[in-house]
Amino acid sequence: MIRAATLQIGQALLVLVLAPALTGVARKIKSRLQQRQGPSLLQPYRDLWKLVHKEAVVAENASWLFRVAPYLIFGATWTAASLVPTFATGLPFSTAADLLAIVALLGSARFFLALAGLDVGTSFGGIGSSREVMIASLAEPALIIVAFTLALIAGSTQLSVIAAFMTSGDVGLRVSLGLALTALVIVAIAENARIPVDNPATHLELTMVHEAMVLEYSGRHLAVIEAASSLKLLLYVSLIAAVFVPWGHATPESAPAQYAIGIGSYVVKLAAGGALLAVFETTIAKMRVFRVPEFLGASLMLALLGALLMFVTRSL
Amino acid sequence: MDALSLSAGTTLDMALIGISVLLGAGVAAAFAARARYGARTIYVACLITTAAMLAASLSFLIVGGATESRHLPIGLPWIGMHFDLDLLAAMFLVIVNLGGVSASLYGIGADAEEREPTRVVPFFATFLGAMNMVVLAADAFTYLISWEFMSLSSWALVMAHHRDADNRRAGYLYLVMASFGTLSLLLAFGLFAGPSGGYAFADMRALHLEPLRAGVVFVLVLIGCGSKAGVVPLHAWLPLAHPAAPSHVSALMSGVMTKVAIYGLVRIVFDLLGPPPIWWSVVLLILGGVSALLGVLYALMEHDLKRLLAYHTIENIGIIVIGLGLALAFEAGGIGWAAALAFVAALFHVLNHSLFKSLLFYGAGAVYATTHERDMEHLGGLIHRMPVTAFAFLVGSVAISALPPLNGFVSEWLTFQAILVSPQLPEWGLKFLIPAVGAMLALSAALAAACFVKAYGATFLGRPRTSAAESAHDAHASVRVALLGLVVLCVAAGILPGYVIDAIAQITTRFVGADMPLQSTQGWLTIVPIDAARSSYNGFFVFLFVAFTAWAAALVIRRVATGAIRRAPPWDCGYVDSSPALQYTASSFAQPIRRVFGTWVFRARETVTMPKPGDTRAAHFAVVVRDVVWETLYVPIERLVTSVSTRADRIQFLTIRQYLGLMFVTLIGLLSLLALTQ
Repeated sequence: MIRAATLQIGQALLVLVLAPALTGVARKIKSRLQQRQGPSLLQPYRDLWKLVHKEAVVAENASWLFRVAPYLIFGATWTAASLVPTFATGLPFSTAADLLAIVALLGSARFFLALAGLDVGTSFGGIGSSREVMIASLAEPALIIVAFTLALIAGSTQLSVIAAFMTSGDVGLRVSLGLALTALVIVAIAENARIPVDNPATHLELTMVHEAMVLEYSGRHLAVIEAASSLKLLLYVSLIAAVFVPWGHATPESAPAQYAIGIGSYVVKLAAGGALLAVFETTIAKMRVFRVPEFLGASLMLALLGALLMFVTRSL
Repeated sequence: MDALSLSAGTTLDMALIGISVLLGAGVAAAFAARARYGARTIYVACLITTAAMLAASLSFLIVGGATESRHLPIGLPWIGMHFDLDLLAAMFLVIVNLGGVSASLYGIGADAEEREPTRVVPFFATFLGAMNMVVLAADAFTYLISWEFMSLSSWALVMAHHRDADNRRAGYLYLVMASFGTLSLLLAFGLFAGPSGGYAFADMRALHLEPLRAGVVFVLVLIGCGSKAGVVPLHAWLPLAHPAAPSHVSALMSGVMTKVAIYGLVRIVFDLLGPPPIWWSVVLLILGGVSALLGVLYALMEHDLKRLLAYHTIENIGIIVIGLGLALAFEAGGIGWAAALAFVAALFHVLNHSLFKSLLFYGAGAVYATTHERDMEHLGGLIHRMPVTAFAFLVGSVAISALPPLNGFVSEWLTFQAILVSPQLPEWGLKFLIPAVGAMLALSAALAAACFVKAYGATFLGRPRTSAAESAHDAHASVRVALLGLVVLCVAAGILPGYVIDAIAQITTRFVGADMPLQSTQGWLTIVPIDAARSSYNGFFVFLFVAFTAWAAALVIRRVATGAIRRAPPWDCGYVDSSPALQYTASSFAQPIRRVFGTWVFRARETVTMPKPGDTRAAHFAVVVRDVVWETLYVPIERLVTSVSTRADRIQFLTIRQYLGLMFVTLIGLLSLLALTQ
């Protein structure tokens, strides 16, 4: 009992500590690919440290919601990220929220972020929120349908059970899994505001979405939101890793050495995820905002096709 | 007349006394409403009565009481009126009276603003009594009488502010649709019982209809109850009529009356009609999916706050109907436990929707009471001036958007779990249909969140767009009590869903013949709808984790780093915009979604007239959004009725010879029909 709780808390702290590093890896590799030196891997940590020590400048007409929202977003995202299996399956709180609930928790975080963008009443905040919910209105259903496919394959919506099932070898190669993976990757790119949907590096550009919403934030509030964004990126990488690259997970019966292997392989998976993201972002150009629905619509259709295959055949 | 021998104070007797008190209060209100404190006294009477009925029905539901019956010798001679109270009726009594309590509380606070209380209060009390009566009715006659009472009293409430032409139009449309619905139910009961059958529900339950007749009854019931509940395409009256009534009545109509219609559907389809064939579930699933998706898309195009909420009622009724459709499919497919799950999901959503929709309508009513605005484009910044209302509306928005850890999420989650069982059904059609309906449900959930970001952002956040919004003040104390009470219930049903599920699950045994696993024995307040390895959710832990981590993050940062804060003008990329008109409006917020979905669902077209440089005319932007259902279904019917009635007009201007000839032909026709059928 105590061991299980320690592991669960350890997982929560692990994701919190590793999240900025993942952002750092993606930035570093992207810079190298663009023939630049790039900031150090520790730069995201330094940024957060700097931001929390600054005084927060809050707009005069901001309401209490503006000040509470960052913490709620952080809380919801961190909770969701701690419940995705990282180095071990069968942790005690994995029963608290299944994949559908994790998707919905991210939805709660986005709901408050979009509201915060509207709170001060500036046009940039409005444009960001408006586009964010448009993107989410296609990305979230796609993710839920991917969850359908995975749930039907593994016979459970519980991520821990899905991850354990994926290692069991009863899975085999399935068309629906391929479709689900493609849909999931597209959703992950869109939800984390990466190229080609959004550009995390821009400011002062009309195409920005996420950055426009958080434009009014500064100091500790911005730090908390940035931390939540890196946690969200880490969550998606962990999710893809847990389902599609499930090797190395420890189980409740494992020896301590297996946990070390689990953590080691998780770190490797994260680094690989960050590298792939950087390569992908470097090779593709940003899309116009109104081409994004087509991109996400494709993801929705792929997800639905995968789910239909599972509903109809239960074996493909 | 053994039923008349009154045993000591049963719940049903109490409920019947409560109904007569409410109807009596309605009559008294006709005289008292104009007096000083008259309306308020009637509201207090309604509050006490519904609270007592709520307590009685809730204890009946929790204890799982045995079915009670009463036969009263009033109404039709020799037939009288039958009333039954079983667990299903008790659950809907809880919903009706919960709505009654909160609406009465709202009424107490809002009666000062009502200029014509005689047009509201008498019908309000009658409306509450009638809804309670529909739920308890146990024969077709009582059911239809109560149903008509409910329709007419709510129609009178829609017409309360009849000086507004829009309200008169809404009232007219509502009356037409309500009559049509009642006609369908009348035909359904007639066909069900047949020429010689008994019209008591107990007699009907014993009948076994041949499939065709059962099918026709099903379709008629679906039309009758569906039109009252607002199932697409019978929804056209709902977004007009619900907002036209005073706000607490809007809440009752949207939050409670639509549920009474769902009760009728459940009572007749699941209880009275025999085992369902598979095509019934197909009809319900398609209608539910279309209602859920179209309802939320309509809402996104809307910037009248109350009408937006009414469109969301259509969406939520769609979600409930999906759940009922799944329950029918599993029942027909012989998977009892899954039918129980889907049925519980639907009924849980019935409860949830009644909670948060009432909450949201009271919020919209509080906004309207102080600003006299329903148009979100004229509001904004109300969070500063109406803190309690803004907080309550925020909770309602999160709940209706199906976001954890509140209650709307739990029932949608249960519906998704039921969808994931459906590959076990043998029918091929359902294997394609159910994932598609699942996708529609997922889309409507995401769009609902988008819509409530829009509604909340435009109304409560940002800067006030008009002086009315600038000088708003918070709602009356009793309105705030109603709002906060519903907030507590939304949170409680969200984080302790196991108890709600257990209370509802007792009902399923009789209706779908199977049970759900008991939730209260699961430990740590986790809900496990099927099996622990398959899925589980713990709203309490999720709530606790989010609250704790948010609080801890705030605390740690303040302790370790700094809690300093400085107020400054908005940054906005250095752009100085002095006018609140430059903020995003509700329409501009929804514009990307309108471009994505609206161009094919509503044939939305944007036209921009941009004068040439040097031309001093103003630039012009117009959006045309067309209501496809109205244009393709209602307009042709209206044309047909008009043209038929114009032609039939001629019959009124015949000579006496022609009239005699007409009668003769009719007589011959009827006689030959008789001869043929003998």
